[in-house]
Amino acid sequence: MDFMEDIKLSKKIITADDYVYDVQGLDLWYGNDQALKDISMKINKNEVTAIIGPSGCGKSTFIKTLNRMIENIPIVRTSGEILYHGKNIFDKSVRVEELRTTVGMVFQKPNPFPKSIYENVVYGPKIHGIKDKNLLLEICETSLKSAALWDEVKDRLHDNAYGLSGGQQQRLCIARCLAVQPDVILMDEPTSALDPIATAKIEELINHLKTEYTIAIVTHSMQQAGRISDKTAFFLMGELIEYDSTEVIFSNPRDKRTEDYITGRFG
Amino acid sequence: MINYELKLNPTEAEKEYKIDINKRRIDRRILLNNILKKVFFLSMVFALAVLGLLLYRIGIQSIGWLDVQFLTGKLSIFPEKAGIWGAIIGSIGLICVVIPVTLVIGVSTAIYLEEYATQGKIASFIKVNLSNLASVPSVIFGLLGLSLFGRLFHLGSSILAGGLTLSLLVLPIVVVSSQEAIKSVPNFLREASYGMGADKWTTIRKVVLPVALPGILTGAILSISRAIGETAPLVVLGIPTLIMKIPKSFMDDFTALPIQIYYWTLDTVLTPEYANLAAATIIVLLVTLFLMNSVAIFIRNKYQRGF
Repeated sequence: MDFMEDIKLSKKIITADDYVYDVQGLDLWYGNDQALKDISMKINKNEVTAIIGPSGCGKSTFIKTLNRMIENIPIVRTSGEILYHGKNIFDKSVRVEELRTTVGMVFQKPNPFPKSIYENVVYGPKIHGIKDKNLLLEICETSLKSAALWDEVKDRLHDNAYGLSGGQQQRLCIARCLAVQPDVILMDEPTSALDPIATAKIEELINHLKTEYTIAIVTHSMQQAGRISDKTAFFLMGELIEYDSTEVIFSNPRDKRTEDYITGRFG
Repeated sequence: MINYELKLNPTEAEKEYKIDINKRRIDRRILLNNILKKVFFLSMVFALAVLGLLLYRIGIQSIGWLDVQFLTGKLSIFPEKAGIWGAIIGSIGLICVVIPVTLVIGVSTAIYLEEYATQGKIASFIKVNLSNLASVPSVIFGLLGLSLFGRLFHLGSSILAGGLTLSLLVLPIVVVSSQEAIKSVPNFLREASYGMGADKWTTIRKVVLPVALPGILTGAILSISRAIGETAPLVVLGIPTLIMKIPKSFMDDFTALPIQIYYWTLDTVLTPEYANLAAATIIVLLVTLFLMNSVAIFIRNKYQRGF
């Protein structure tokens, strides 16, 4: 667990600094195809960082690299460094299981387990060794409250999660992710499978969550990026074209390609 | 030949000709459909009739023989006194060996191949060979069991030797069906678990196996019901022709239901009543298989998932 200790220590040291991730010269290949080219960017603490770009620009690949989920694909190779609280996540001493307990992830399609709502939320705490029933119940309640789902499900915690609507399922997945008490939440197009009302609820939730968590979100909707994010990164063909505060990106982009994409000239 | 060329302004005669052609083509297709419907129906009737004939024959033959004395009595060379209690116990003993062995080894193998092994040429080579093994004749597995368990491990023709041999026989089927069940677990469930910092085994135990379990059990029950109907491997192992003792342990010699059917039908020339005994045993075996398959179907239906 010395990796966790490192993080705790560095958290204290780095509180002066306000970034969580420091990506330095990240390259990534699927076999022989290069999907990410020399990406360097910092992700700030307690902010929402949006990653936008046309399909196939590498934005999902990038966010899945931040918790090393991308390594589930066997042909992936990477080079460069991703410093998470000052520690390179590709370092041999870093175990992905530990990294992912502090970097949670919410996926494109709601993916609850075919278990009860309660079992879904406490899955993470349980596998990390918490057995006390009362503590688990407490975690379940706090997580569901943080995910703005408690009032809707408090009377049916032991019903199957598949009985919930798509938007509720996605908020359940967020609650499940919060229950592990992560430090960063990665979201890979979390609203792309949802209707506008459910999307609005999730966006509101994201706004709430950023006071306590650092959030990186991939989105194909520029309006969404504009509504919820503090900083926006624009990816194109595996390159980071522009990365600035959301205001600048959407009102006064420096790069011609960013402007073309934002004004809808391609994509 | 029909002219499909599109004409901008067809004459009335041409229009009529086209309608006529279409009508004849549709008539022909409807006729073909009706003929095929009858052919398919007759195929079904034929299959059912054969089965019905078999059931009728053994049903008639077993009348008066299939009674409590027959079910609970010991074997005997006198047809009136013969019972199949020993064979029933033998078959149950075989199942008790086959179920744990095939489930543990079969499911473990499937987990390794689907979840741990690097998907590449070697893995697909193993998978092709497993499917081939599943279709190797059972008598060959009998020979393997004889040399391996019977001779090398000195298990002789005991229940353990028989059960292990039958396990080898159905193991490839259990592996392949378990692999299919594991493969059908959607990947987004694994991702959800990995995303929370779960390691591979925790993910398999808590997410993959519970979802795959109905499929695994269905496959296992179906292959085990195949195992208890097998005769050839046991004959090769050298199961004694007539055994009066009821087996008490897994190391005892035994006889099983299909073996009994086989031996009784060999001797029908000298003792015609043996045919009736064989028929009655067939009924018992069929009922057992029917029950096991029902359990498999029940499990499959009960745990059907809707992703």
